[in-house]
Amino acid sequence: MGMSDDQLEQYRGQLTCNFEQLDHVFADCMTEAEALLTPQGIKAYLEGASLVCMIGRGFEPVLVYLEEMPEVADMLGEETLELISQTVWKISRSPNGKAILPFLQTVAEAARRLGSAELLEHYVEFVLDFMERTTGSIHGFHTTIPSPGLPELLERMPQLLNTLSLQGIRNWTAYGLRHYSDHPERQRDYFSLQSADSRAILQRERHGTLFVDHERQLDLYMQALWQDKEHFVPYSSAFDELRKPMPYYDALGIRVPDVYDDRNGISGINRYRALLAHIAAHKRWTTPQIADNYSPFQRIAIEFFEDSRVEHMAMQVYPGLREIFMALHPVPEEGACQPEKESCIRHRLAMFSRAVLDPEHGYTNPDLLEFVDRFNEVIAQDEHSTKDVAALAISYIARTRRQADLAANIYFTDTEVDYRDDNRHMWRFIEEGDEEEMFEEERRPESDEEIEGLPPRHYPEWDYKSKTFRPNWVSLYESLHPAGDAAHIDELLTRHSALAKRLKQIMDLLKPQQYVRVRYQEEGSELDLDVAIRSLIDFKAGSNPDPRINMSHRTDGRDIAVTLLIDLSESINQVPEGCNQSILELSQEAVALLGWAIETLGDEFAIAGFSSNTRHEVRYQHIKGFSEHWDDEVKGRLAAIQAGYSTRMGAALRHSGHYLASRKADKKLLLVLTDGEPSDIDEPDEKALIHDARKAVQELDQDGIYTYCINLDPHADDYVADIFGNQFTVIDRVERLPEKLPQLFMSLTR
Amino acid sequence: MTDIDQYLISEEPFYQEQGEEVALYEAAYAERLPVMLKGPTGCGKSRFVEHMAWKLKRPLITVACNEDMTASDLVGRYLLDADGTRWMDGPLTTAARIGAICYLDEIVEARQDTTVVIHPLTDHRRQMPLDKKGEVVNAHPDFQLVISYNPGYQSLMKDLKQSTKQRFSAMHFEYAPVDVEVKIIVKETGIDAETAARLVQVGETARNLKGHGLDEGISTRLLVYAARLINRGIAARPACRMALVDPITDDTDIRSTLHHAIDAVFA
Repeated sequence: MGMSDDQLEQYRGQLTCNFEQLDHVFADCMTEAEALLTPQGIKAYLEGASLVCMIGRGFEPVLVYLEEMPEVADMLGEETLELISQTVWKISRSPNGKAILPFLQTVAEAARRLGSAELLEHYVEFVLDFMERTTGSIHGFHTTIPSPGLPELLERMPQLLNTLSLQGIRNWTAYGLRHYSDHPERQRDYFSLQSADSRAILQRERHGTLFVDHERQLDLYMQALWQDKEHFVPYSSAFDELRKPMPYYDALGIRVPDVYDDRNGISGINRYRALLAHIAAHKRWTTPQIADNYSPFQRIAIEFFEDSRVEHMAMQVYPGLREIFMALHPVPEEGACQPEKESCIRHRLAMFSRAVLDPEHGYTNPDLLEFVDRFNEVIAQDEHSTKDVAALAISYIARTRRQADLAANIYFTDTEVDYRDDNRHMWRFIEEGDEEEMFEEERRPESDEEIEGLPPRHYPEWDYKSKTFRPNWVSLYESLHPAGDAAHIDELLTRHSALAKRLKQIMDLLKPQQYVRVRYQEEGSELDLDVAIRSLIDFKAGSNPDPRINMSHRTDGRDIAVTLLIDLSESINQVPEGCNQSILELSQEAVALLGWAIETLGDEFAIAGFSSNTRHEVRYQHIKGFSEHWDDEVKGRLAAIQAGYSTRMGAALRHSGHYLASRKADKKLLLVLTDGEPSDIDEPDEKALIHDARKAVQELDQDGIYTYCINLDPHADDYVADIFGNQFTVIDRVERLPEKLPQLFMSLTR
Repeated sequence: MTDIDQYLISEEPFYQEQGEEVALYEAAYAERLPVMLKGPTGCGKSRFVEHMAWKLKRPLITVACNEDMTASDLVGRYLLDADGTRWMDGPLTTAARIGAICYLDEIVEARQDTTVVIHPLTDHRRQMPLDKKGEVVNAHPDFQLVISYNPGYQSLMKDLKQSTKQRFSAMHFEYAPVDVEVKIIVKETGIDAETAARLVQVGETARNLKGHGLDEGISTRLLVYAARLINRGIAARPACRMALVDPITDDTDIRSTLHHAIDAVFA
């Protein structure tokens, strides 16, 4: 490393910066820079450092710049030197001085992750854009309040870069900016990954093979290759940086990571399969051992040996697994761990495990080789068990024991086999020790109260501004509507008996009567001329004629499933002008008539009511199910309906659609009876829920469900077409609803 | 007169016995009991009938049933010709006249009212009334009726009437146990036993998925196809994909799982 003092002096002259500390490190930095950069690069490097120095943020930014940049420039090109210093300059011209150091600290990681100058440039643009959009201005004083989220974001950046693509980070931040740009506290929560939605969005944007997208495939894998049916419980690997969770299984199911990236040429799905193969092999071939009989070192050795044994057996059954295991198993380097200084126990065991897996391991340690041979002898026998390898593991540990094994400084590099579980299933504890953990055994439902109704279902909600779904945004609680007095409904029906009679006439006309021609009948009511002529030609031509020259007719049945969704929000308690009944009462009458009419027709029919009290509580009340008849119980529930709260329509539509979708009928109809536009008290933007409802209608349409709205709001024209297209009727004279509703249904299904 | 020779089977069709089905069948034939063969597709029902017909030296008339089949397709019908009309026997009538084994393959595919015509032939009467012709055909003493039926279809529509079921003695077939199935594949195709064992292993994985998106597992017949492709010099993996996976499913998850199973088995 020959850099003369002159040279160094000259470089020092080019760097305009007077911090004392600089002199201690300058030589080292320049040595590295000279090794990696061209003369022009060094010039740009020193200019950049001068610029960073000039911003007056102390010595640290300069130091980070000097230390990190040569490597970055070497990796991505020397134009990055100026890019970064200019960016620092720009940030320093804003009130966000505090973010400079965090920004510089992310640069090296970003460069490593992104891998090209172009992407790094995008990254810088992204940071500047973020800064601009979150830096506040109040009363025209331009950009005076520093961005609350920027330091948090930059602090999280290495982790984000690790789990998301740049595009993913952009989407994730865009969501945060949209929702929290005017709320500093929440913005901080979001960008420091504290808030729930922040994590949910992050989860959605992750790259790799997501568990949720492949759950069925993994179920099929277990079923097909291992004849095993297990419950999978995904855990997130995104948030726990220090304590990396490991896969495991117990009575409650198999815990698997929520995402796997491809690694060493093994696709994410195959990494899942390797994990499941390993666990399935344990389940099949491992017998639990008494943990109290062994020391911790013996236990870890037994675990490694047993892992190798069950994998060997799995590979006997499915030889193709070897390729996957080989690619995923780390290759510990012989001699990489120094037994005098650190605890090499894991390293020795990982080498052993590798040697068993890979016959061409090339290790030379005689103890290791001897035990690999002995292990292979054991597993070459027809019968071998956990006990056999446990004995072997113990003697291996005894033979290779070193003084430093007890050291706290454990060598971990290349010893973690990440497709293996943590082996907690292998051990039975007789006496409770301090190393034993009681995993989830004491978890019970906290209390028995409030179990009326079903557990909540979560539905997404459409955010029209970002054109994305807010995941699991709405909690919907379904419950059986409390019953009231069924006689009340019968009374209503008697009151409308004249109307009922008229309806009955229409219904008789509606009953199945369409004729459908059934062709190709040997015996039928009429000659089917087309076929008869064809047959005659066949016959004249000397081939075998088709004797089925007749046709007959049959009447076509109706095959319709209908759900009526009633808006039970507070507003339907109103008594409209010119009426002496509230909308609620009129709806009751109308629904009673409709229910009676549909029962007569024999179509599948369900009734439900909905209301909402913020997104955390959408109530969906079951009044009549498809399989229930129009009997006193149903009438009782209908008689008891009450109004309250708001109208969050989208979730209710999705929920009804979920039931309708599972019906087998040819035609599915969802009738929505409402008196106003969707709204809720926690949604200030009145358009948001309209757009969400529209999206829900489109989703239903894709599922083959026809949605139709009966609206009682005279001003409905402003929004109803936005939601339902032209599938709606506005009933201006609400008092005629009881008459209109059944008629409408019939004309819809005629 | 009908040419009986065309229905005779001259060479022994290979059939690997799994239990005592040959003896059972011989006893049923000796008593002229109608036999019903049940079992999943491609497990060897038709092959078994051929084998037995060969062994008993009886002519075999096979009818593949389908939805459009009518009673007269079985019994026979009048045809027009230059001189007027002419009666033509259907396959069932022919079999009853010449004393053949009549094999109605996949009988549930035919409509239920069609299958009723076999009733008088399958009880003590052993007669076939040809009402259009005004003739009653008394079955030849050697005549026997065999039907096959795959109970795997989970359809209400595709089941036999009780009155039909109760006229038959039945034999249940399953896919052969692993070692037998290996032997079958080796014998059918001449492939080496190890490859055959692996093919069977792939077949087993798919059979585990029955009811989870697959209506039926991979049949022995498909395994034989795969072995033949391999014999033609095709590598095992593409051969398995072509013969075992693509025919039975369009479901991408299942395809991916089976592809992985093939990779895992043929390392």
